[in-house]
Amino acid sequence: MKEILFHFFAALTIVPAFFLATSRKPVNAAMNMMASFVGLSALFVMLETYFLAILQLLVYAGAIVVLFLFIIMLIDAGKSPQPRLMRFLASLAAFALLTVVSFGLVFGGGSGPFAEISVEAPASLSRTFGVELFTRYLLPFQVTGFMLLIAMVGVIAITKKHESEGGAE
Amino acid sequence: MSIGLEHYLFVSMMLFSIGFFGVLLRKNTLVVFMCLELMLSAAILAFIAFSRFNATAGTPLMEGNLFALFVIAIAACEVAVGLAIIVTLWRRNQTVELNEINELKH
Repeated sequence: MKEILFHFFAALTIVPAFFLATSRKPVNAAMNMMASFVGLSALFVMLETYFLAILQLLVYAGAIVVLFLFIIMLIDAGKSPQPRLMRFLASLAAFALLTVVSFGLVFGGGSGPFAEISVEAPASLSRTFGVELFTRYLLPFQVTGFMLLIAMVGVIAITKKHESEGGAE
Repeated sequence: MSIGLEHYLFVSMMLFSIGFFGVLLRKNTLVVFMCLELMLSAAILAFIAFSRFNATAGTPLMEGNLFALFVIAIAACEVAVGLAIIVTLWRRNQTVELNEINELKH
């Protein structure tokens, strides 16, 4: 059962990613990105990291995709030109080659020392997360918060229209 | 056949490669940026898979997870700044096609 679920979610991650990279309209690309991120967070659930799965859904599939859609609406990006048939076939062939090569690279070398999960996941992972985040990783946590602030101020500074510039022209 | 570390690494590798070639080959800045996000999330998947399979009974805390948390936070910053730059580019040039943005070339 777990194997079937894994293969389903892996396909749900990779196939929309391929369509993201080849789609002509940016809106379709954003939708495919959302599907791919939903599959990815399901993979996180299969790795028993529920906290990060929820975070991935909220931040990536929620906030970031909505931000992309908002910008697409704002700037009215047009369609890419229709690709020729040869080009489409070439991208399909490249995808097949990529699958074969990475399959060989990953599965060809035999199992490593970490091939199986050896211990149970902690029952209260988010509690462990919180404790570690506010004790051992306090400084990186603070720096991350400051970085978010810097990004916010930077975005406002970049997108602001300079009135002196407009007046001079 | 049980699901091992290499299965997750395979998915991660596919995602990263698709994102990489998307960044190289696409012309629309927005799609390029989305492919960049794909590469980042592939790295997060590899982090989480390694930390899950590396956990031992003595240290059940998976430190790769904490690293992934920071990566997600920084990715949010990066998306905000990148999209602001794209909006500014659009305001200047009325286009987001990469082959029409070549002021630094000439």
